[in-house]
Amino acid sequence: MTLVAELQSAFIQPFAEFGFMRRALVACIALALSGGPLGTLLVVRRMSLVGDAMAHALLPGAAIGFIFAGLSLSAMSLGGFIAAMLVATLAAGVTRWTSQKEDASFAAFYLIALAAGVMLISLRGTSVDLMHVLFGSILAVDDASLFLIAGVASVSLLALALVARPLIIECFDPGFLRAVGGRGGWHHQIFLVLLVANLVGGFQALGTLMAVGLLMLPAIAARFWAHDIGRLCAIATAFAMASSYAGLLLSYHAHLPSGPAIVLVAGGIYLVSLAFGSRDSLRNRWSGTRRHRVA
Amino acid sequence: MLPWLLPSTYAQAPARKLRVVASFSILADMAREVGGEAVEVAALVGPDGDAHVFEPTPADVKRLSNADLVIVNGLRFEGWIERLVQVSGYRGPVVVASQGITTRLLGAAPDPHAWQSLANARRYVDNIRAALVAARPSPAHHIEQRSADYLRRVDALDASVRKRLGQIAPADRHVVTSHDAFGYFAEAYGVSFISAVGWSTGSEASAADVSRIVRQLKGQNVRAVFVENISDARLVQRIAREAGARVGGTLYSDALSPPGTAGDTYLRMFDHNASTLLAALQARAP
Repeated sequence: MTLVAELQSAFIQPFAEFGFMRRALVACIALALSGGPLGTLLVVRRMSLVGDAMAHALLPGAAIGFIFAGLSLSAMSLGGFIAAMLVATLAAGVTRWTSQKEDASFAAFYLIALAAGVMLISLRGTSVDLMHVLFGSILAVDDASLFLIAGVASVSLLALALVARPLIIECFDPGFLRAVGGRGGWHHQIFLVLLVANLVGGFQALGTLMAVGLLMLPAIAARFWAHDIGRLCAIATAFAMASSYAGLLLSYHAHLPSGPAIVLVAGGIYLVSLAFGSRDSLRNRWSGTRRHRVA
Repeated sequence: MLPWLLPSTYAQAPARKLRVVASFSILADMAREVGGEAVEVAALVGPDGDAHVFEPTPADVKRLSNADLVIVNGLRFEGWIERLVQVSGYRGPVVVASQGITTRLLGAAPDPHAWQSLANARRYVDNIRAALVAARPSPAHHIEQRSADYLRRVDALDASVRKRLGQIAPADRHVVTSHDAFGYFAEAYGVSFISAVGWSTGSEASAADVSRIVRQLKGQNVRAVFVENISDARLVQRIAREAGARVGGTLYSDALSPPGTAGDTYLRMFDHNASTLLAALQARAP
């Protein structure tokens, strides 16, 4: 077999031959497109762990949806969305009305939500159902899931375009934002809504545990390559797409489960970036080249 | 005061029912059929439950500790049973229902789904009968009779299934299910089963597994794919769509279905499976 033919059969042919591989790839690309900017903003706003917490917070809502309607996309998505927004709202409320800080109140509520979700599923479902909710099934993306993911990605990109500027300014200079009349916490609320929507879209395909991996790891890895927001978003999206592609191929050629394979490739990219990235990486430290720290 | 010392009053007092705990619903059903009034049976993994990934609750531990007799499938079907028995402090007999059958291999390990062949079911019933009689010698003739009755029904069903499946040409008997639960059925009745995941539902399918199935389906022109009552339907449906096959219905693999539905006893479940397979195979045979 010639080299070209071999490369083609290794890298292209699995997607050419099988519809389920194409659909998985398209779903991941859609998640990457909106997840790149979203993840980047989370990292920049020091909210990296919030994504994970939100993913767990939507579990009881998804569980209630599951109890009423089985593995129905709309029921579980709506339920998950409501549950996560409720957790975020309650946490914000506690922060405002008590002296508790947001990270503590958020942790409290999402842990309650997580345990409630596991309990609900265990009471009415089986552990197999729980595993499917936690791990999803990227290889079984049906039309409805695909439309949901694509729709969420499209709306997210548009909405992010609107709220990105106030969000970023708020990170670096909240006083300035207030001075020029940034409207209260609306951009933050919209941001949270987008985050939850993306997680809801992602969790049907990848499961609650893996969806966050694809959201956060590329964005965190991108920090080692750029400091400019635009470039960060682009690199994060590129890393996410590459992880999806490589992860699916690994699952195909090496018989590995697909969700974890995708996230582990993203993790591998992070480790390589940590070691060899062009900015602030270990290589920079050890080789003595220091750059001036920029924001 | 004195009357209760007379032996005749003892003979009239009803014996306490034997408390039997079976590991899953199929064994529980068999125990109920064989034991009848003499036993009170509970199953740890209930209808539509998956014994491969079962997680016991404290109630299960308590039930086990109060049991008189425990029946398990064996062949490593219940990976959790040894620890559970140990934790519960149960010291009574543990009957392995699959004792004495000829096992088939699934990969490197023996295939645990032996109840999918009615010939093996006879052995299961024999083992259960022997254990019940040993535990409760007094109603022995009752148990023997029930067991003989049940075996007659098992044999009748076996003959019926063979006759019905015999109507389909061997070359046309190909179907797909979620997991490798029907190996013994395949061997006994000459149907070829292909599965997306390995023999346990506890693992996640890789793209390689799914693509293998789809290729196989397309190549062998399989038309019917089956969902199981214990697993996620979406993957099987996607495979069916991809290969141009249709979902032929639900098969009961590792558990009975809830009471009042098509697969609520072992014999009904088996009959349902055979009928569903037959309907799908007949639909596709030109």
